[in-house]
Amino acid sequence: MTKEMICILCPNGCNLVVYFDEKNPDGFKVENALCPKGKEYAQSEILDPRRTIATSVRVEDGEIPLVSVKIDRPIPKNKIFDVMREIKKLKLKAPIRSGTILISKVAGTEANVIATKTVERVK
Amino acid sequence: MIERDVVIIGAGPAGLACAVKLKEIGVSDVLLVEREKKLGGILNQCIHDGFGLHNFKESLTGPEYIERYVERLKKFNIDVLSDTMVVNLFQDKSMILSGPWGRERIRAKAIVLAMGCRERTAGAIGLAGSRPAGIYTAGVAQRLMNIDNYMVGNEVVILGSGDVGLIMARRLTLEGARVLMVLEKLPYSSGLPRNIVQCLEDYGIPLYLKTTVTKVYGKARVEGVEYVSLDDDGKPIPGSERFVKCDTLLLSVGLIPENELSREAGVEIHPITGGPIVNDTYQTNIDGVFAAGNVLHVHDLADWASMEGELVAEFAKRYLEGELSKAKRWIDVKAGKGIRYVLPHKISGERDVNFLFRVDSPYKNRYIIVRDKDRVIKKRRVINLHPAVMENINVKSEEMKGIESLEVMVE
Repeated sequence: MTKEMICILCPNGCNLVVYFDEKNPDGFKVENALCPKGKEYAQSEILDPRRTIATSVRVEDGEIPLVSVKIDRPIPKNKIFDVMREIKKLKLKAPIRSGTILISKVAGTEANVIATKTVERVK
Repeated sequence: MIERDVVIIGAGPAGLACAVKLKEIGVSDVLLVEREKKLGGILNQCIHDGFGLHNFKESLTGPEYIERYVERLKKFNIDVLSDTMVVNLFQDKSMILSGPWGRERIRAKAIVLAMGCRERTAGAIGLAGSRPAGIYTAGVAQRLMNIDNYMVGNEVVILGSGDVGLIMARRLTLEGARVLMVLEKLPYSSGLPRNIVQCLEDYGIPLYLKTTVTKVYGKARVEGVEYVSLDDDGKPIPGSERFVKCDTLLLSVGLIPENELSREAGVEIHPITGGPIVNDTYQTNIDGVFAAGNVLHVHDLADWASMEGELVAEFAKRYLEGELSKAKRWIDVKAGKGIRYVLPHKISGERDVNFLFRVDSPYKNRYIIVRDKDRVIKKRRVINLHPAVMENINVKSEEMKGIESLEVMVE
């Protein structure tokens, strides 16, 4: 089978052409990738598509009312809204340091939810 | 009057990188001025990842990217005045600063303009209909949602397929809103291809090309919009009007370099980029006034804006040392066939130049050519060219020896 896809790993957005046979996962061939990651991406996108997400969480007593967060590794695409639901349950109090793990292994995935911004306490 | 060696106006990705680089290469008297309380500019609200792939070799969120520079800024003890506005900028490189601490006139030997850009608004695109609540530019909606904790709406139409709009389509969806459609008047998206995939296709949000909003309905709040298909000349096709019910309209219809200060000081502005006209040292028509980042031309990536800031730091240092000799003559760089603009606008021919340019529409399997009349200086084959993607081509000074003109074109 042949499939065209745009690699989303970086802003180059390579237009990949992927040749594959679902019965033989080793037989992947990828054209037009500017870097080796393109092949990995194509393979993962067809067999097990994954994404990272970023969102924000309410912080009490902070200099701003929200702290930005991300997950530290890609999760299966169909888990995105499960992960969002878990993140929404968080209740935080300032100060929050950038890099702090807020939830480990969120929603049964391998990913941790991490603060990406420092929010100082104001009160 | 207080005198400083270098004053950088704006502490976004370009200004921060420029300040850090200046210290690294031994310029000690640097002042960085930022109008917001927090350093980092727009990246504070860009909480998604994809920043730093070039400069840090990893995918960072906007706030993390800024943090990397702010840490170095602190390490080098660089003078920062935040919550401070440059209210006037004069041709003699003096300026009036105003902040909660008071007001002061200072003068700099060299100035780096790094004020970034702002969004084109509903007024700027002549959007017809009423002006109820619920119309936001994409960046304002991003700030409200990611910093101020306001949800902007539930049923959203996005006009324009710029990157901020695409990012907001995903953001709104994650927060539970329904993004009904993204409309783009051009026959192609103006956002990066990767954002079409990961922000629209992933969430089943349709992108309608050659389509625009013709009317906004609603008194107190947006109640819906009328949209219409456009023909090949961009004119509405009669009878193609449709109505969609929505409570929010986001506009992602372009960014404009913010050059009020530059204009006031007498800096010449380029009609296409909306940023200063610069030579191959990134100097404007005023000696010692440099420009970097989105104030000069709108970049695709924060990484490029930062790199431009670093490049300008090198030139500013040499300027202070009196080593940036005036060119014997300036050659205007022509944006030829297929090119919307090319930077720098003027070259001496004595320096290596990395030309940055955008094409005027998508092309496949073409050559990028740099030439002096009939003499081809450089030629490179490119598979894909897209107006949303900034391209570059490097030309060495040896290759430009004896040139009389210079043109970059697509063939």
